[in-house]
Amino acid sequence: MSLLEVKNLTVKFPSRKGDFTAVDDVSLNVEPGEILGIVGESGAGKSTVGNAIISLLEAPGYMSGGSVWLKDERIDDLGENLKSAIRGRRIGMIFQDPLTSLNPLETVGAQLIETIILHLELSEKAARIRAIDLLNQVGIENAEERVDQYPHQFSGGMRQRVVIALAICSDPEVVIADEPTTALDVSIQAQILSLLRKLCEERNVGMIMVTHDMGVIAEVTDRVAVMYNGKLVEIGETEKVLYKPTHEYTKSLISAVPRPDKKAHRFPLVTYIEDVEMLPDDVKLSDLWLGKTRDYEGFEGPMLTVDGLKLDFVTKRAIFKRNNTYFTALKGVSFDIKQGEVFGIVGESGSGKSTIARCVTGIYEPSDGTVSICGADLNKLEDISKRNYYRRQTQMVFQDPFSSLNGRMRVENIIAEPIIFHKQAASKADVNKIVHELLEIVGLGTGAARKFPHEFSGGQRQRISIARALATRPRFLICDEPTSALDVSIQAQILNLLKDLQEELGLTMMFISHDLPVIRQMCDRVAVMQSGEILEIAETETLFNTPQHSYTKNLLDLMPKFRT
Amino acid sequence: MLTFIARRMIQSVLVMIAVGLITFGLLRFVGDPISNMVGQDTSIAEREQLKEDLGLNDPFVIQFANFAKNAVKGEFGLSYTLRVPVSQLLSERLPATLELSIMSALMALFIGMPMGIYTAIHKDSWLTKFFLSSSLVGVSLPTFLIGILLILLFGVVFRWLPTFGRGEVVDLGWWTTGLLTWSGIKSLILPTITLAIFQLTLIMRLVRAEMLEVLRTDYIKFGRARGLSMRALHYRHALKNTLIPVITITGLQLGSIIAFSLITESVFQWPGMGLLFIQAIGNADVPIMAAYLVLIAFIFVAINLLVDILYVVLDPRLRTTVGD
Amino acid sequence: MQEDNINWVQDMRRRIADNDIWYSFTHTPIAYISAIIGISLIALAIFAPFIAPQNPFDLASLDLFDASLPPSWLDQGDQRFLLGTDDQGRGILSTIFYGLRISLFVGFTSVFLSLLIGVSLGLISGYVGGRVDAIIMRIADVQLSFPAILIALLIDGVFRTIVSKDLHEDLALYVVIFAIAVSGWVQYARTVRSSVMTEKIKEYVQAGQVIGLGSARIMIKHILPNVLGPVFVIGTLHLALAIIIEATLSFLGVGLPPTTPSLGTLIRIGNEYLFSGEWWITIFPGLTLIILSLSVNLFGDWLRDALNPKLQ
Repeated sequence: MSLLEVKNLTVKFPSRKGDFTAVDDVSLNVEPGEILGIVGESGAGKSTVGNAIISLLEAPGYMSGGSVWLKDERIDDLGENLKSAIRGRRIGMIFQDPLTSLNPLETVGAQLIETIILHLELSEKAARIRAIDLLNQVGIENAEERVDQYPHQFSGGMRQRVVIALAICSDPEVVIADEPTTALDVSIQAQILSLLRKLCEERNVGMIMVTHDMGVIAEVTDRVAVMYNGKLVEIGETEKVLYKPTHEYTKSLISAVPRPDKKAHRFPLVTYIEDVEMLPDDVKLSDLWLGKTRDYEGFEGPMLTVDGLKLDFVTKRAIFKRNNTYFTALKGVSFDIKQGEVFGIVGESGSGKSTIARCVTGIYEPSDGTVSICGADLNKLEDISKRNYYRRQTQMVFQDPFSSLNGRMRVENIIAEPIIFHKQAASKADVNKIVHELLEIVGLGTGAARKFPHEFSGGQRQRISIARALATRPRFLICDEPTSALDVSIQAQILNLLKDLQEELGLTMMFISHDLPVIRQMCDRVAVMQSGEILEIAETETLFNTPQHSYTKNLLDLMPKFRT
Repeated sequence: MLTFIARRMIQSVLVMIAVGLITFGLLRFVGDPISNMVGQDTSIAEREQLKEDLGLNDPFVIQFANFAKNAVKGEFGLSYTLRVPVSQLLSERLPATLELSIMSALMALFIGMPMGIYTAIHKDSWLTKFFLSSSLVGVSLPTFLIGILLILLFGVVFRWLPTFGRGEVVDLGWWTTGLLTWSGIKSLILPTITLAIFQLTLIMRLVRAEMLEVLRTDYIKFGRARGLSMRALHYRHALKNTLIPVITITGLQLGSIIAFSLITESVFQWPGMGLLFIQAIGNADVPIMAAYLVLIAFIFVAINLLVDILYVVLDPRLRTTVGD
Repeated sequence: MQEDNINWVQDMRRRIADNDIWYSFTHTPIAYISAIIGISLIALAIFAPFIAPQNPFDLASLDLFDASLPPSWLDQGDQRFLLGTDDQGRGILSTIFYGLRISLFVGFTSVFLSLLIGVSLGLISGYVGGRVDAIIMRIADVQLSFPAILIALLIDGVFRTIVSKDLHEDLALYVVIFAIAVSGWVQYARTVRSSVMTEKIKEYVQAGQVIGLGSARIMIKHILPNVLGPVFVIGTLHLALAIIIEATLSFLGVGLPPTTPSLGTLIRIGNEYLFSGEWWITIFPGLTLIILSLSVNLFGDWLRDALNPKLQ
C-alpha cells in the first residue's frame, strides 16, 4: 500500500475551441519519508497534477478520468465537505509566491492558530504554543515575538518558512510543494530546500516537489517523474533518471541544461521537441548587410570603460531636495570591457547588475562617475549627432520577452524603427531588405514580418528582440538576462544564436545573468556583484576554479550540483 | 503615523484656503455687490459711500483676511434676494438636508453591501443576475427621473405618500426632525428612496468588484489548501480584506450624497440647503452660493481626512514599518 | 516570471485581448442589442429635421387648438400627434427628436473635450513625473472629492453671474458643454497616468530609449496606443453620465433653456403638468432618456468586460 497513489489521472480544460488535455493518463505514487519530484517545462502539466491531487483545479478544469488514493482510500470522488477535511489535515500544499500566499491583514500567529484549531481541536492557548513551536521548527528566530507580526514584516525567505509552517501545522501525511523556491534567491533557495528535506525526514511525510529546475531535482529528490505535454514520459530513482535516462525527451532535456563544470563550444539542443524551430546551420554573414564593413573609426582601446559609477534612487521625495531619502543602487563601480570580448556580470537580484546596463545605455543617468564608449565620455558630448553615433554602437537585448516588444506594432516596424531613426538606409525598399535579412539571420523567416508579437512564443520573441538589437549594426551588445524567462530547451537555442552572432560579427558583449552555468558557457571574463559593488573580476575559468572572494565561493557552493 | 495625520491636516487647511479664495473671488469680483444690494435710484455718491463702508476699496489681502475671519465664524453676509443673513438660512435648512442624506446613506449601505457580497459569492445564481441587471438600470436612471416616477406612482396614481415638503417637524432647539411624527416619516420615504437608489447601485458594484478581486488572491487559495471552510474564507477573510477599501470609498460617498441631495430636494420641494442653492443659482444670489460652497467643501475635506486616518488605523501594512 | 507558471488557461486569457473582441460582441446579445438601439437613437437625432412629423420650433405651424392632446391611441388623441402634444400644441414625438439631438450633441462634445484634456494631462503627468506630476495630481485629487454635478453647477452658476440673462440663453449650450467637460477630465487623467506609469517601465520603452528615440516620440508613438483601451471604456460610460448630468442640469433649470430644449428641459416643462393628469408630456421624454442612457451604459459595461484580460 502506497501513502499516496495517483492512477491514470486525466485533466481537461474545456474551451470554445475544444477540450484541452492538460494531464494525460498520469500514474505515480509517493511513500512516507520520500520526496518525489515532478519536473517538466512550461505547459507540461506538472502543477495541474498537484492541483488535482488536492482537488483545487482552477475552473473550468475538471478531472475527466483516473483516481487519487490516500492510504488505499479513494479521495477524488468525495463530497466537498470531506475533501475540505482532507486539505490541510492530511494533504498540505505550498505555493510558489510567499508574497501573496499570506493574508496581509492578519498576523502570522492568527493564521496559524486558525488552521491548527480547525484541524486539531486544541484550545486557543494550546494552539498558540504549538504555533510558536512550529515557527521555531522552520527556523524563525524570536518566534515568541514574531508570532504576532504581520506578513509584510518578514522578508521573502522568512515568509516562505511561515508558509511551510502553515502547510505542516496540522501534521499532514503528504505535502505538495509547487515551485517553492522559484521566486527566491539562490542562497535562500538552498536553505528552504534543506528545511523541506529535514521536515520530510523528521515527520515521515511523503512530499511531491513540482519544479522546472533540474538543479533542485538533483539536490533534494529521491525519485523523479518527468512530464512532457501532459504525459508522464519517465519515472524512477533520481540518480538513475538524471544520469542514465531512458526516454528520448529526458535525454535531450538533461543534455540541454548548461553544464556548470566545463565550457563547451555550443549548447546542445533539445531535439525531442516536436515543434523545434530550425536554426540555420551556419550564419554566413559575410555576404549580408550585417557583415559589410561598418563605419568604424579605428580605435584601439577598450570598448567600454566604466569608472566610479554611482547611482542613487530617490525613495522618498521631500519638499526640499536635501531631505530626500536615497537608495544607492551602485556604489562606485569600475571595469573595462575589451573589444571583441564577452564580459559577464553575475549577481543575485538587487545586486545592481541590470542597473549598470541601464546606465551604460543611457536609460538612467548616473549620479557620479563616467561611462566611456570607445574612449568617448557620453555625458560630456554636446552634439546630438555625435551622441547618437555612439548610442547606435550600443544595443541591448532585454529579459522579458513579453514586455520588450510593443504589442501594437508589427514585427517589421519594430525592427525597422531603429534603422529609420538612425537613417541607416536610403529608401523604404532598402529598409525592408535589411529587415528581412535580419529575420532570416535569427531564424524566423520573412513570413514573420507582417505578424504581431503576440503571435509568437517567448523564444521567438527574444529572437525578434535580437533582430531589433542588431538593426543598427552595433559593435557592442548588452544582454540582460536574455534567457532567464525561457524554458531550458529554448534557452539553448537562443544562447547558441547569440554565440554564433558574437563570433561571426566580432561583437563585444556584456552578458548579465544570475545563472552561473550559463555564464561559464558564454563569457570570457566575469565580474561578481553584490549590493551595488563589484567584488571580484577574473577570467571565467579562473573564477570558477579558484574563486578569491568569500561571496563568490559561497555562490559557487550553492550552485545546484547536477553532475558529480 | 502622527506625521501622516499632521501632513493631511495641513493639506486639508490648504484646500480650504484654496476654496476660500475661489469663493471670495466670486463674492467680490463677479457681478457687482453694490447694485445687488441697493435700489436703482441710489445715487453714485451714495454707492461710493456704501463701498467705502463695506470695505470694498481695501487692498485684496485685507478683504480676503476679513472674509476668512468671518467665514470661520460662519458669517457670509446677507442674501441678495432674501435680505436675510446667509448663516441663518443655512442653519435653518441644514437639518433637513442632513436627515435626508443620513437616512439615504444608511439605506444604501444596508441594502447595497449585502447585495454586493451576495453577488460576489454566488456568482451564478439567478438572484445575482437579477441584482446585476437592476443595478445597471439603477445607474442609468437619473435621480430626478426616479423621483418623478415615484411621485407619479405613489403620489398621483396610488396617493399613498406625500410628494412635497417635510410634513410635520419637531423642533429640538438647534435641530428640527421629521422622524418623530408620522407625517414627517411618510414624507421622508420617497425622497430617501430616490436619493438612495443611485448610491445603492454604486455600493453594490463596488463591494462586488472588491470582493471578487479578493477571492482571486493567492492567500484565499492557500486558505482553501489548508482546509478552511468556504464560509470562513468568505465571511471572515475575504470580507475583512474587502471592507477596508469599501469603507473608505463609502465614506467619500457620504459627501456625494449630500451633494446629490440637491436634486432630490428640487424634485420634492424639500426645504434643505440644496434647494436653497439651486434657487440661488437661478437668482445669481452670490452670498448663498459662496456660503454653500464653503460649507460643502468643509464637509468633504473633513470626511476625506477622517477616511484617510481610518485607512491607516485599519490596515496594518501602513501602521508598522518592514522589520527584519 | 517563468513561462512555467503561466499555465495554458491564463495564456489563453492573455491572448483574448485583440482577436476575440468581435467574437464576444457578436455572441453577447446585450452588446449588439444595445449598440443597435444606441445607433438608432443617434440616427433619429441626426435626421430629426427630415423625419420629425412636425417642426416644433416653427412658431407659425403651431396651433393652440392642438394643445394638450393625449397620445393618439387614447380617447381624445389625434392621428397627427402620435405621442400627444404639450401646452403649446407641439407634438411630443417631434420635440423628443429635437431634444435627442441636443442631448446627444452636448453629450458627445463634452465627453470629447473632457477626453482631450484628461488624456493629455494624464500622458504628461505619467511620463514626465516629478513636480509636474505632483501638481496635476494634487489638483485632480481635490477636484475628485467633489461630485461632478456640483462642479458643473458651480461653473454654470459662475457664468450666470457674469453674463446677462439674454446672452446666457444663447451661450447656455457652450457653457453646459464646458462645465461637463471640466467636471469629468480627472478620471481620464488618472487612468491614463497609471497606464503610462505601468508601460513606462516595460522593456519596450527602454528599448526605444536605447535606440535613441526622444521622450515625445516614445510617448506618442509607443505608449499612447497601449493606454487607449481603458480610455474607450471610460469614454463610453462617461457619455452616459454626461447625458444624465446635462439632463439633470436642465431639469433643475440651470441647463439648457426652452428655446433649445434637451430631453432634460422637456422633462422639466412637462413636470408641471404631471398633477393635472397630462402625464405624457414628461413621461415620454423621460422614457427616451432612460432608453438612451441604459443602452450606452450596457454597451460600456460589455466593452469593459471584453477588454479586461483578467476576467474569467
